[in-house]
Amino acid sequence: MPSPDPSVQIQTVTKRFDSVTAVDGVSLEIAGGEFFALLGPSGCGKTTLLRLIAGLEEPDAGTIRIQGSDVTRVPPHRRPVNMVFQHYALFPHLTVEENVAFGLRYKPLPRAGHAARVAETLALVRLAEYGKRRPDQLSGGQRQRVALARALVLEPQVLLLDEPLAALDPNLRKEVQVELKSLQRTLGITFVFVTHDRQEALAMSDRIAVMNGGRVEQVGSPAQVFEAPETELVARFLGATNVFTAEARRHEDGILSLQLPGGTEFSVPAGGPARLRREPVRFVVRPEKLALRAVPAPSEISLAVTVEDRVYHGASTEWTVRDARGERYAVFAQNAGLAGEALPFAPGSPAFLGWDPRHSVVLRES
Amino acid sequence: MPDFPKELPRKPGRAAYPLLLPTWLVLGIFFLVPLGLMFAVSFAERGTYGGLKPIADLGAYVRSGAFLGNYARSMGAIYLKIGWRSLWMALLTTVLCLVVSFPIAYYLAILAPRRWKGLLIGLVVVPFWTSFLIRTYAWMFILRTEGLINLILMGTGLLHHPLELLYTQTAVLIGLVYGELPFMILPLYASLEKLDRSLLEAASDLGAGRRQSFWRITVPLSLPGIVAGLVLVFIPSLGQFVVSDLLGGARSMLLGNLIQNQFAVARNKPFGSALAFELTAAVLLLLVAYAVYARRRGGEELL
Repeated sequence: MPSPDPSVQIQTVTKRFDSVTAVDGVSLEIAGGEFFALLGPSGCGKTTLLRLIAGLEEPDAGTIRIQGSDVTRVPPHRRPVNMVFQHYALFPHLTVEENVAFGLRYKPLPRAGHAARVAETLALVRLAEYGKRRPDQLSGGQRQRVALARALVLEPQVLLLDEPLAALDPNLRKEVQVELKSLQRTLGITFVFVTHDRQEALAMSDRIAVMNGGRVEQVGSPAQVFEAPETELVARFLGATNVFTAEARRHEDGILSLQLPGGTEFSVPAGGPARLRREPVRFVVRPEKLALRAVPAPSEISLAVTVEDRVYHGASTEWTVRDARGERYAVFAQNAGLAGEALPFAPGSPAFLGWDPRHSVVLRES
Repeated sequence: MPDFPKELPRKPGRAAYPLLLPTWLVLGIFFLVPLGLMFAVSFAERGTYGGLKPIADLGAYVRSGAFLGNYARSMGAIYLKIGWRSLWMALLTTVLCLVVSFPIAYYLAILAPRRWKGLLIGLVVVPFWTSFLIRTYAWMFILRTEGLINLILMGTGLLHHPLELLYTQTAVLIGLVYGELPFMILPLYASLEKLDRSLLEAASDLGAGRRQSFWRITVPLSLPGIVAGLVLVFIPSLGQFVVSDLLGGARSMLLGNLIQNQFAVARNKPFGSALAFELTAAVLLLLVAYAVYARRRGGEELL
């Protein structure tokens, strides 16, 4: 049953360490039962924000509410949230069972039920057989599941996960992604998780907040941040590295008319403050939405380029091209041709970059 | 390509033994031989002028049971009392050291600002630059009737008659605790320093308050340091004689003083040797117990 209050509500929260502002006036609302990712490069403040929600750090300004109640000054051991630490922080002197049972003592529950709850939770993370082992006798994946069980056994309203997959090897990571996602669906708890891996964030989350320099750049569904980045940082962090500059002609009723240096004109939907005539406007086109053509296609915007390099990836080929002004662009093309067919362009050969104007995503100027 | 052995031999071969020779020689000449001599002497009888009584017939001497005379004598009430007192004082010293050292080590390892750490640990070690004897003399000046403590207490009008501090059991205890303190602080510090802070954060995230995480996480994880400190303090305290000699009165004689007296004053080498051997055996037993504990914990770091 979704509660009327947001699960986590962060209002203009700021946290400074000496001279560094780790979190800078961030506001976010995370709904109950949501799988929410904090995504960003290292040092962007995402882990600090998570620790602020956990209560391991105290904000210099702002308010944090959990399930509607203000917890800004509440110490971590009195908050209805639990955390899975990056390196799991399992207690090395306790067995798996004792680790999982650690927090139960501080819950208003009869002692008699503890063992059953521990067993139930260990079964949930498929570690029923491992209760008597010590953390150093487990594999990385098993340790991660103990950390998960230790938090879940307390039935937190919000589960915080700090780079939960970073310490796992890549093969295991895919598997655990699916497991975590299905666990979250079964339990219906709010998950807030920190990651620097965009693939992970896209695959697992309901919504993503992309952070940089202590601020939230954009919040949206995976498709929104991926397909319609609002800032250059979000675009680049999600792999949309093709930034074009055009000149504004007209901006009316949410439609922006642009002119490329070569003279081509086209219109795209664009909100935000009105752009002035002749103002430079930057937009991005994702590499997989660009096509390389020998002759310009009439329905597309075209730009004359020179092929610089190509990397064959098997399922796709990644091309690097350069326009007359020396700007580089990346193009991803699916290798849908027949076996033995030669790749169409050799390095050094001229070509045309083409794209549907609707794929141009106008960036907000910061 | 030449064939390389898949794995280097784990243990040094026999060729390495000659390299150990100097060590064995030093240990043998300065440790094992004197120990053996002492062991042999402990079965002899005291001669008239402080030497050993010659044994005419070894067979008869052994059969008469006289060779165990020193050990039998050491079980006498007066010596047992000294033994108990030593044990009790050593235990008290160890416990007091632990109680005083834990907050200090905790502060040094966890709370102290990083840039002050080196200096603060230096301060713990700095007393070692002065002879222990001189530092114990210093305590005499602090504790005596006209000493620092009494001067302050009487100068401020808190007392009208000086406290009897020097030449008491309390003075011995203060001296012992003072002298052994660094040997407790340092292993505790080493243990606490290694403590992963994220474990404390995890405990607090799971609902444990400060006191609960201290008892459930900090203490169990610093147990190797605690045990090492207990051993390092208890063993020397058991054989101490300088402190009780200088700061103690007639009634605070410890096992160490008794042994020293047998050699230096009573000139009874056999009895002194027997007492020294009993002490060594007790300490050895303790060390074996510690080694068993250390092995069970599976850490070489303990030893």
